[in-house]
Amino acid sequence: MRIIRVLLRKEFLQIFRNKSMLPILFVMPVIQLLVLSFAATYELKEVDMALIDADQSELSRALVSRFQASGYFVLELETFNPEEALEAMDEGQVSMIIQIPQGFETDFKEGRKAHLQLIIDAVDGSTAGLIQSYSTSILKDLNAEKLVEVNMRNAVSAPKLSSSINIIPQNWYNPNLDYITYMVPGILVVLVSMIGLFLSGMNIVREQEIGTIEQLNVTPIRKYQFMIGKLLPFWVIGMVDLLIGLALARYGFQIPFLGNLFTVLAVAGIFLITIQSLGLLISTVTHTQQQAMFIAWFLMVVFILLGGLFTPIESMPNWAQNLTLVNPIAYFIKIMRMVLLKGAGWIEIQNMVYVLLFMGSVLLLVSIKRYKKTAQ
Amino acid sequence: MLDFAIQTKGLTRMFGDFTAVDHITFNVKQGEIFGFLGANGAGKTTAMKMLTGLLTPTSGEARVSGRDVYTEAESIKKNIGYMSQKFSLYDDLTAEENIRFYGGVYGIQPHELSQKAEELLERTGLIEERKKLVKDLPLGWKQKLAFSIAILHHPNIVFLDEPTGGVDPVTRRQFWEQIYEVSEQGITVFVTTHYMDEAEYCDRISIMVDGRMDALGTPAELKQEHSAETIEEVFIKLARSAKRGGG
Repeated sequence: MRIIRVLLRKEFLQIFRNKSMLPILFVMPVIQLLVLSFAATYELKEVDMALIDADQSELSRALVSRFQASGYFVLELETFNPEEALEAMDEGQVSMIIQIPQGFETDFKEGRKAHLQLIIDAVDGSTAGLIQSYSTSILKDLNAEKLVEVNMRNAVSAPKLSSSINIIPQNWYNPNLDYITYMVPGILVVLVSMIGLFLSGMNIVREQEIGTIEQLNVTPIRKYQFMIGKLLPFWVIGMVDLLIGLALARYGFQIPFLGNLFTVLAVAGIFLITIQSLGLLISTVTHTQQQAMFIAWFLMVVFILLGGLFTPIESMPNWAQNLTLVNPIAYFIKIMRMVLLKGAGWIEIQNMVYVLLFMGSVLLLVSIKRYKKTAQ
Repeated sequence: MLDFAIQTKGLTRMFGDFTAVDHITFNVKQGEIFGFLGANGAGKTTAMKMLTGLLTPTSGEARVSGRDVYTEAESIKKNIGYMSQKFSLYDDLTAEENIRFYGGVYGIQPHELSQKAEELLERTGLIEERKKLVKDLPLGWKQKLAFSIAILHHPNIVFLDEPTGGVDPVTRRQFWEQIYEVSEQGITVFVTTHYMDEAEYCDRISIMVDGRMDALGTPAELKQEHSAETIEEVFIKLARSAKRGGG
């Protein structure tokens, strides 16, 4: 016990003495959380559009002002020349072209099908999809409203109310489809993972590089004592960072905390050990901080992209979904969202926690086994 | 009390086809200063790593402080001190913190450690510098400090791997005075060096050539045996026969 205390004291002394380390540990995560949470959003804002209005009617003007009033679209270019509009799209000035043909209003008022064309720049598929659905809903609203007017005018008798099935979606758990609510729990996971994956492992490789590990290996320190000395400090720091992040999420971003905070912390504790063990494993197969850093980054990028942070795991191809089964970050992101946003309790998440526990135990055992005081 | 601090018989270490240490057999008496000489690449460091429990031998026998290097490596570690050419102090800790860390690691009790730390700082003249980071200390002081820390737990044997590399003759002389003091306390000193004048200070020396131990004896014996004036001459005669290049 005393040896572990001696080791911990030394680690903390070194961490807190390192002037470049403190900002990395406590300031960078906060900045990342703030920047990423506002930046990583799927919300559509200020889509530039071009307008080719050949109709120049009351209805066409109403339609355009609808788009503008929605707050999502900005009229960047108005022209009668389709070539010019396409050119603007080629140059990336506009992401959508609305083309309203002559006779648009007349067709509408006389009960015929009124046509109009939307051309959407689909280089970025998900944005294109959003533009399309936002536009459709604007057009649908306009259609419904104007249809009532037209019907009233045409048939002086009672207006024919459309009897179509009207779907009104209810978005549970995140009623306003607020992306910050969705992103923040996931980003917190990424921040904690960075601390866990990089720092413990890097710390051991650093001792290898400067040669002090050899000195430690000729002392009677036991392997488990050494490992605890390396794991615990960054575990504590990771948990402190998570608490800061959670406080920011709750009071800064107003993220709902439906579930139990202690459940989150308990899972975070297990998750951190798992990801730290992976860092230790990396340190036992590398000789320089550069190598360790590269491997850690490689894994981190794969974990994040296959972690369901940006793209839902359910929409990945099967092979990729299978890969996420061994991705600790995917489990923790899912658990965080379930607990914080849906109020899930132990019953709902226990299977995922068991998987994390299993992964953590295996990784920890393998890395302790691989770390050798005596070379063979 | 053991007669021999180190006993080896046919100790060998292979790296693939390469025999780094080739059947070396020697004894180091309790309390003596044993110089371990050899050109670069002769196998000194490999031999020392086997004796300190950092490397498992391929074959042969070795007992350090009466303990078997194969089965009792961890127990050996409690009874030896080690200082390598790379200074195994933490640059970002102060002199005092380094003392407390290594003392704690060897299980020295807190009250005893405070007292020992105080003595050590006084003896090495580092009282004023106790709160200074090790990286800000001059090289000679770092070496003195590293050596003092290596014997803080009063080991049976202290291994010094090229302890005086890169310092001026005056500092080297002071360092050897420290080695004599330690030896007088009954601690066996096992030291590798490239300085032939230092070899003359040892009770006995051995010279390794191509992984073999080609000479073993007191400096006077070796000089006589090879009809040489100095150990340097003996060394050059032996090293000339080496097939392995330096480095």
